[in-house]
Amino acid sequence: MITLGIDTSSDVVAGVARDGLVLAAGVVADRRAHAEQLMPLVRAQLAEAGLTLADVGSIAVGVGPGPFTGLRVGVVTATTLGAVLDRPVRGVCSLDAVAAAWTDAPEEFVVVSDARRHEVYWARYADGRRVTGPFVTPASQVPDLPLAGPGATLVRSAVAGPAAIDAGVLAAAASGLPDEGLEPLYLRRPDAEVSTKRKSTIVQPRLAFGGRR
Amino acid sequence: MSEPLILGIESSCDETGVAIVRGRELLANEVASSVEQHVRFGGVVPEVASRAHLQAMVPALKRALAAADVDPAELDGVAVTAGPGLMGALVVGLSAAKALATAVAKPFYGVNHLVGHVAVDLLDHGELPTPAGALLVSGGHTSLLRVDDIATSVTEVGATIDDAAGEAYDKVARLLGLSYPGGPVIDKLAAEGDPTAIAFPRGLTAQRDLARHRFDFSFSGLKTAVSRWVELRRADGLDVPVADVAASFQEAVCDVLTAKAVDLCEASGLEHFLLGGGVAANSRLRTLLEERLTAVGVELRRPRPGLCTDNGAMIAALGVEVARRGLPPSALDIGADSGLPVTTVLV
Ligand SMILES: [Zn+2]
Repeated sequence: MITLGIDTSSDVVAGVARDGLVLAAGVVADRRAHAEQLMPLVRAQLAEAGLTLADVGSIAVGVGPGPFTGLRVGVVTATTLGAVLDRPVRGVCSLDAVAAAWTDAPEEFVVVSDARRHEVYWARYADGRRVTGPFVTPASQVPDLPLAGPGATLVRSAVAGPAAIDAGVLAAAASGLPDEGLEPLYLRRPDAEVSTKRKSTIVQPRLAFGGRR
Repeated sequence: MSEPLILGIESSCDETGVAIVRGRELLANEVASSVEQHVRFGGVVPEVASRAHLQAMVPALKRALAAADVDPAELDGVAVTAGPGLMGALVVGLSAAKALATAVAKPFYGVNHLVGHVAVDLLDHGELPTPAGALLVSGGHTSLLRVDDIATSVTEVGATIDDAAGEAYDKVARLLGLSYPGGPVIDKLAAEGDPTAIAFPRGLTAQRDLARHRFDFSFSGLKTAVSRWVELRRADGLDVPVADVAASFQEAVCDVLTAKAVDLCEASGLEHFLLGGGVAANSRLRTLLEERLTAVGVELRRPRPGLCTDNGAMIAALGVEVARRGLPPSALDIGADSGLPVTTVLV
């Protein structure tokens, strides 16, 4: 069974696995261009594995936590592909994908990602399984344990485990990770700020959401 | 080529729309609105809208395909709003469209939302004779356009320099203690009021403004004037004649919109004019515009009210025009553009 893995909770990543073995994995290190980069990257990874979308038997997607706009790009891409191709889609916690990629992990550790606004997303793992989290807190509240994940350096400079999310590993490990459903793990309520939107081009384009793409 | 079968996706503001059009025949038009979720805020909250788009997108897609009895593999292309609009909202539809088009290996077209408001009228009234003028009025936009070819040549002649007309309706409704969205409530109340009761200002119609802003609009001064008038009235311990305020405010908005539309038609010798956008459903705007355009020999077109608000049909209809002309599809790596100029019909 071919599984396509997608995650847009930090960088844009896509990968392909067959029966738990990684065939291809790629990353576009651009946290502001998820909508631009994701589908071309998916196609490129499938091509590298010598496959097309028609060969995909299941889809796994990281549902965060992460910046909301980017996160939604991955989730809607996965769910649309699933609907059109009539394939199952499994949502997993993006932090779990990092934990799954840490092959010689210590007994206890924490996976961290960047939540911006001087906060981090994190979850605590024991014996390779998530025991608490994900949470969103200031970095100072992260337990003093070995760290991994794309936001680990926001807590301490010494990072012991993988720093990035590998979508190949995500695809390979997805069936063994907890099913988180397909609603992003927002962890924060929406800002109740009304848009002062202007669709005209004579005036300035809106900036309301620019900082969170 | 037979009539193109195009699926259109719209997610620029608070409506999630998926529609399927074959040529000029509307086969399915599914719209999920998050408007109730914005009521307590008195305006569209971008993050709330974006979350709602994500929840609504795939169900709307499935419903549209089922309603049109179309298999995705039969589609000739997928069109989607690439802008203008709310960034976080746009990328949901854009990403869904890319995934769908890639899955069925069909052309993908990122198109302009504003031009979609014009294109949707083709579904109701057929070919638009050009050159034509168009006025798009909604909570998000107030634009005066000139259309020479709907898929390749559209220019923005004028636009609001501050609030959109629909936004002014929302703000005035709020200060009169009426519900959101303001357009329909004020329209209804205005019918019982006297439009000449209060002389509210007509923005950018003074001689000194016309030089630079002949076809532009401004509604923030009007909103302030209404607010001041109501405050003074309350300070004097008098009742606020809500119906008269609503009617006089609406008259000021419609007077400016229609006067500038007529001015454009006369200045450019246009004989055809189209009214679109959510506020096109407003009864006073439509009546006054028809009256004034008829007086100068211009034909007014307006899509049925159900197609004036944001929906996937407008995007599918524009996609059909793009496909018909054999224009090159958009690249798979295009982004959404919150300020996409109307001159860019196809990204
Ligand atoms: Zn619109």
